[in-house]
Amino acid sequence: MGVLVLIEHDNQNVKGSSLNTITAAKQIDKSVHAIVLGENCSKVADKISKCEGVEEVFFVDNNIYKYHIAENIAPLIVELASKYSHILAPASTFGKNIMPRIAALLDVAQISDIVSVESSDTFIRPIYAGNANLKLQSTDSKKIITVRTTNFVATKTDGGNAKITKIDKKEDVGLSKFVKNELNKSDRPELTAAGIIISGGRGMESGKNFNLLEEIADKLKAAVGASRAAVDAGFVPNDYQVGQTGKVVAPELYIAVGISGAIQHLAGMKDSKIIVAINKDEDAPIFQVADYGIVGDLFKILPELSKELDKIKS
Amino acid sequence: MIMKILVPVKRVVDYNVKIKVKNDNTGVDLENTKMSMNPFDEIAVEEAVRLKEKKICDEIIAISIGSAKSEETLRTALAIGADKGILIETEEEVQPLEVAKILKEIIQKNNPDLVLMGKQAIDDDSNQTGQMLAALLGWPQGTFTSKLEINGKKINVTREIDGGLETLGMELPAIVTTDLRLNEPRYASLPNIMKAKQKPIEKTTPGDLNIEIKQRLKTLKVTEPPKKEAGIKVDSVQELISKLHEKEKVI
Repeated sequence: MGVLVLIEHDNQNVKGSSLNTITAAKQIDKSVHAIVLGENCSKVADKISKCEGVEEVFFVDNNIYKYHIAENIAPLIVELASKYSHILAPASTFGKNIMPRIAALLDVAQISDIVSVESSDTFIRPIYAGNANLKLQSTDSKKIITVRTTNFVATKTDGGNAKITKIDKKEDVGLSKFVKNELNKSDRPELTAAGIIISGGRGMESGKNFNLLEEIADKLKAAVGASRAAVDAGFVPNDYQVGQTGKVVAPELYIAVGISGAIQHLAGMKDSKIIVAINKDEDAPIFQVADYGIVGDLFKILPELSKELDKIKS
Repeated sequence: MIMKILVPVKRVVDYNVKIKVKNDNTGVDLENTKMSMNPFDEIAVEEAVRLKEKKICDEIIAISIGSAKSEETLRTALAIGADKGILIETEEEVQPLEVAKILKEIIQKNNPDLVLMGKQAIDDDSNQTGQMLAALLGWPQGTFTSKLEINGKKINVTREIDGGLETLGMELPAIVTTDLRLNEPRYASLPNIMKAKQKPIEKTTPGDLNIEIKQRLKTLKVTEPPKKEAGIKVDSVQELISKLHEKEKVI
């Protein structure tokens, strides 16, 4: 019995989340297989075959898997499941959508969002927006798991030489079909992959003012994030959201600007290595988790910060 | 087509409450803690009520699984606009797969066209039940929904995915799980809260439905995450930059 990892990708590139998930898989069992489902995604299968520790890559290339429709993927994984003790995917919207469907078809529980592998049946996962950690033991014969990727390093993308096995399979169960997508295009790094993140909250006052953050982000090669309050207020799209119900991030440096520090926001960023808070309210809870804080008007501080960054660069 | 909607609602710790872990590490201390309807479920109830106001739906059934106190949560759903409630009473912890099995039984008895439910509960943060229920029923699933368009039996679900938005098309019956931006739930008015007290709530138990509650995931220990030491306040941007550049070397 080994571990099967569902690879997240966009048919061209492997998502970083998959590499962290492979690391979690290696901590469970030495035998790690991966499956790449998509359309014209042989590049992705090749790349995964070179990842350290992956023994075999299953590759399913068909139009019906292009958009990773859960209803089509789940039965295929269930067919392969008998060979594996564990099936893993990243706890991204990709994994969260598909994995419970697989678990239910196998009549087993899902273990969501693990942050640590204690043994092959014991894991730690955060609950209550990360205000408590639950150590749990699964009594099911098969473990279906989603992985909080910020808690596992990425596996090396060289050194591996896995066999690639093509599966010819096409089972469109015909329940859901892709209509369209609107993906946000940005030259900045993705939130979950960025080394530095600068996020804005309700204190930014408008979506337009996020320009101030973007200017600094470009100087630091950082990603731009937001609190739920800023998303709710319509300043920025939801995929900027960092928090319990948004993305969980753990960059080297997290700069929270005009963010009060609600429990649900802290849940998404408190594992960042260095946290900086800029807020006019000196009692804002964000200062309790910040390594460095500045109390003051962000509309004065941000332009100054931008200028000072030019100085250290030159 | 006029449809019937089922909305599962969960009684959870209020989202503003900072929880405490019990001293013996067996769980979270919920004694004397403010409890509310799970915020994502509130969005689901609101969406159902809006469909009823548009005359697309003629009956909303709210369902809750939990202790007798979950009746309060059902009353809240009835006050927002649900027509009747079903309480599946149990003192045991019910994990997502068994929740899905209970809901499947209820669905087979009540034949709703649409199940609208929260994408996750803010206590265990599992984000599983909707997808599991869809699997057990063999229905399509529209998860993390920020926009729902209904055209007869056909629906379009716009989903919040990591890189942006994705729209899927599916046919009813279907499971739709709600994300934050789907709508902004209303506050129940006092007259509606009073009216809700008269609305029917049917009570049953997992045993009556022949569902065995299993603790597939055993709690070994619940701990508080390590506390971060409070940092320092700096007086100027220059000082901040020098700390980040010279001391921490993160920029």
